Amino acid sequence: MPVFAQNSQSASGRDRVYTRHSNGLEQFFSYIQGERGLTLLDLSGASQSNVGFITGLGHRLYSEDLLETLDEVFGEGDFFANQCAPERIERFLKQSLNLPEEQCNGALIWDVLEYLAPPLLKATVDRLFRIVKPRSYLLAIFHGDDRTELVPSYSYRIADAHSLALSLRRMRPPAQLFNNRAVERLFEGFEAVKFFLTRDHLREVIVKR
Amino acid sequence: MPLATPAPPPKAQEPELPRGVASIGKSVVIKGQIFSREDLYLDGEIEGTVEVPENRLTVGPHGKLQATIRAREVVVLGAVQGNVEASERIDIRKDSKLVGDIKTGRIIIEDGAYFKGSIDIVKAEAAKPAVAVRPAAAEALALPAHTVGEPKL
Repeated sequence: MPVFAQNSQSASGRDRVYTRHSNGLEQFFSYIQGERGLTLLDLSGASQSNVGFITGLGHRLYSEDLLETLDEVFGEGDFFANQCAPERIERFLKQSLNLPEEQCNGALIWDVLEYLAPPLLKATVDRLFRIVKPRSYLLAIFHGDDRTELVPSYSYRIADAHSLALSLRRMRPPAQLFNNRAVERLFEGFEAVKFFLTRDHLREVIVKR
Repeated sequence: MPLATPAPPPKAQEPELPRGVASIGKSVVIKGQIFSREDLYLDGEIEGTVEVPENRLTVGPHGKLQATIRAREVVVLGAVQGNVEASERIDIRKDSKLVGDIKTGRIIIEDGAYFKGSIDIVKAEAAKPAVAVRPAAAEALALPAHTVGEPKL
C-alpha cells in the first residue's frame, strides 16, 4: 500500500494525498489528444480537479460516484449477497449508468470494479460496453496483491495528463482480486486489453471497446 | 414589586442576506414558475422552473429544488434535482447535492459536495460594443424637460 506520509496533505490536513505517475492515464489521454467535444465518463465522483482538467481540454464530462451508489443500493444487510439480486442490480444500473448507448467516448472507471460481486460485475461491464462508443478507451485500476482481505479504496484526482493524486476513502473488502488472466476474461467482449504494472501494487489497465 | 419574566430563548441565527436579494424561506413550498430580475435566495421547497437570467440564484442549506434552473450565477448550499444553466458560473458547496446536467461558463465543486450528471462548459460570446448615437441625431431626439408631478406650463 502506498505510503501516504511521503506526499502532500490536503488543505484540511486530515486527508493524506498521494501523488503518483500514471502510465495508464497518460496513455488514455494520448489516445484522445487533439480532439475536442468528446464525452468522458468519470466514475470516481465529481471533483474540481477532474472537472477542471477534462472540461479544460474542451470535453464534456459525465460524473458519477459509483461507490456511493453501490453502498446506497446494496449496503443494507449482506453487501455482497445483495449484489446477486436481479432487481437491485437493475436499480443500481438505472441509478448509476443510465446513459444512452454509445454516448461516451471514453471512461475512467478507476478501481470500482473490484468491489462488485460477479453477477453485478458482469452486468456493469456489459452496460459499460454498451454506453461507450466503438474504438473508445476505458481506464480501470486493480490492486495487485492477491493476499489481502481489505484493499484501500481511493479517490482519484487528475493532477495532470500523466499524474494522479490519490486520497484514501476507506479500506474495503474486495469482491474478488484479479490476476491478469481474470482481467482479460472480464473484458473478453472488448477489442483489446493493455496492462501497466506499477510499483505500488496497483495494476492499471487500458481497455479498447 | 412585579416578578421579572424570564427572557425568551435566543432565536437561531438565520443567514443575513444583503439588501436587494429576494428571499423565500425554508417553510415555503412553491410549485410553478419563478422569475426574478434581482438576486434570489431560495431556502424552501420548489418544484417547477426558476429563472434569474441576469442575477444570482442561491439555493440555501434547507432548499430542496426539483426544478429546471436558468440564472447568471448559481450557488448551491442545499439540494437540487434538475438541469441547471448558469451563463457565468455555478458553485456547488460542501454538503450540498446537485443531480442533473449543467451548462455553464465556469464551475466550482467543493470537496464534500455531491454531483451527478453531465457538465458542459460554454464560454459566453464576447460582448458586442454598444452602437454610438451621433450628436445630430441625439438633438433631434431630445425632448423638453418635464418633471413628473409638476403641471406643464
